[in-house]
Amino acid sequence: MNRYTVAILVKNQFGVLNRLTSMFRRRQFNINSLTASETESSDYSRITFSFDGEEENKKQLINQLYKLPDVCSIKELSDENSVKCELMMIKMKNSSTTRPDIYAAAEAFSAETIDYSRDSFVLRLIGQGSKLDDFITLMKDFEILEICRTGTASLEKGGSVLRQAINL
Amino acid sequence: MLLSGSDILVKTLIEQGCDTVFGYPGGQILNVYDSLYTHQNEINHILTAHEQGAAHAADGYARTTRKVGVVISTSGPGATNLVTGIATAYLDSIPMVAICGNVPTTQIGSDSFQEIDITGVTLPITKHNYFVGNVEDLADTIREAFKLAKSGRPGPVLIDVPKDVQIAKCEYEPQPQVEAEKAFAAKDVRIKEAAEYINKASRPYIYFGGGVITANAQEEMLTLSEKIDAPIGCSLMGLSGIPTDHPRFLGMQGMHGHFASSMAMHNADLIISLGVRFNDRVTGNREKFAKGAKIIHIDVDGSELSKTVNAVCGLRGDVKLTLEKLLPLISENKKPKWQEKISALKAEEENYLDTREDLTPRKAILTLNKYLGDNTAVATDVGQHQMWSAQNLTFKAPRRFVSSGGLGTMGFGLGAAIGAAFGTKERSVLVTGDGSFGMCLNELATAVSYNIPIVILIMNNGVLGMVRQWQTLFYEKHYSNSILGRKTDFSALARAFGADGEEVSTPEELDNALKKAFEAKGVYVIDCKIDKDEFVLPMLPPGGSMDDIITQLEVQK
Repeated sequence: MNRYTVAILVKNQFGVLNRLTSMFRRRQFNINSLTASETESSDYSRITFSFDGEEENKKQLINQLYKLPDVCSIKELSDENSVKCELMMIKMKNSSTTRPDIYAAAEAFSAETIDYSRDSFVLRLIGQGSKLDDFITLMKDFEILEICRTGTASLEKGGSVLRQAINL
Repeated sequence: MLLSGSDILVKTLIEQGCDTVFGYPGGQILNVYDSLYTHQNEINHILTAHEQGAAHAADGYARTTRKVGVVISTSGPGATNLVTGIATAYLDSIPMVAICGNVPTTQIGSDSFQEIDITGVTLPITKHNYFVGNVEDLADTIREAFKLAKSGRPGPVLIDVPKDVQIAKCEYEPQPQVEAEKAFAAKDVRIKEAAEYINKASRPYIYFGGGVITANAQEEMLTLSEKIDAPIGCSLMGLSGIPTDHPRFLGMQGMHGHFASSMAMHNADLIISLGVRFNDRVTGNREKFAKGAKIIHIDVDGSELSKTVNAVCGLRGDVKLTLEKLLPLISENKKPKWQEKISALKAEEENYLDTREDLTPRKAILTLNKYLGDNTAVATDVGQHQMWSAQNLTFKAPRRFVSSGGLGTMGFGLGAAIGAAFGTKERSVLVTGDGSFGMCLNELATAVSYNIPIVILIMNNGVLGMVRQWQTLFYEKHYSNSILGRKTDFSALARAFGADGEEVSTPEELDNALKKAFEAKGVYVIDCKIDKDEFVLPMLPPGGSMDDIITQLEVQK
């Protein structure tokens, strides 16, 4: 099983995310993160998702994406050809016994404190998904109250842009 | 000119070359029906008994004509009644545009009377669908829908039009009929690769499906077959694609395919597959499927390549254009040893044919064959009668076998036969079973109202035959809920609807009845009594391979 990241440009239309996720669901693609937002042009939204599967699953997924009329271009983003980033906020229980250990880890991971109260505090982390996973693993020794992750955002290295990737 | 949405809708349909639509009116589509009334000299609306029948009729019309079938319904239940028809068209890649009314935009999302989120409901069973929120977008949306429906791998597209959009006015300028997206051949490198495999093959087998009929690639396929001395088989959807009596043609392949066809595929060293999708009814156990063969797969839909079986060479492109480029690269050669094997398989198949003289299913279909014109469309429902038809009907022209292959929709046939009669402008035939016919026989009213000549042959065995066959073979003869034993008198029922009909139980009676039926002015129902324990053979047990094929049972020897 490999993890693949795919970025697509879709028409910025009502229900387009639903069309995409409906296809993922009915063909049983195992999506583990998805982000969507408007782009440099309000005509298009950019959707980046990553999923776990084999090479054939990835090919099938991309072929199925081709068939959605709202999808304008598709690009697979690998570790070699792209930069990836994800943001996470993690809310920890605040207690004097665990605070020093949590903060030691936070410092090692360059996490920032963005909220602090008597009972809890929120750390913000930015980086590759695997780095965030590692941090969560560490935090499991303490009491995690809530986690919120944005999913992977990714851009191709160099000057090429998704708009030109595939001419459907 | 300034027109209302409903006028624009009807005018755009006319502009797109649509002269026949099927449908059923209702509250939220009344404006469109008012415009249909105004334009009744330019566009013919066929009122069915139920929206499902209208959808199947539009499908049957599209299958027989190459045109886009159009169906219109109201909101809510009208729209949901289309669902089975749309799904049937989707699974068989039939171009269709479905238009539904909906509650005014101001009420959308408030669970109004007869409001349903039909774009949500049909998301997984359409190529694409549209909710038209502004009258300004209406004409272009319809044009785009027609384009999508017929481009590439065809399929159904749905347009949801709220009532206030039908009422609102805007400027309308007629435009020429949209063309399908330009078809393209597969990449040259792939074609070269495929040619190498084909030139090296010693036991090639050409396997085609509905995609060849859609692409109109019969001629190129036959040329290929002559050049490389290969037999041809097809999927259910490929039937009628080439004349049944063509010397290269071995018939349908698959779970109930012809013995020689399935065996030839099993023994091939190269399967050249054209416009097919290797459904489970075709491959049986995929692990054991044609183990000695490499597969070349040409399909316009890239997602079909290596979806279920691995192709050594997958070519995404129009079948006709790709074959045109492939043919010059193919060297001509004869394969006497392979032909010898094919002849032996054909001879073996002869031994398995059911030659009993009484009114067997095969006898019934062979008798029907005598009456079919070159252009007669034969629709079927789903079950044993469908397989007997697929195995034994003879076709001379493409697009004359109208059957629900992918979805396997019981109740498809009568609506489809009505659509086929409108499409071919001549008498159509429906072969059905008592189970399937019972599902949507209300459309008899439609056929009688429009005085459409249809011959309906009901293979009546009083049971759900295919279910019974499986229960006999795999469920220890537990005939759970498959015995109908109904008291329905189908010929009396036909008369109640204003049609005519009779019951037959011998081959002679059937022959006489068919003679009458093909001379009748309108609908003629033949209630053909057959035994409840007739089997569809050969049969590849589910999950089995060709080694497990059942060719004969004691009862039928």
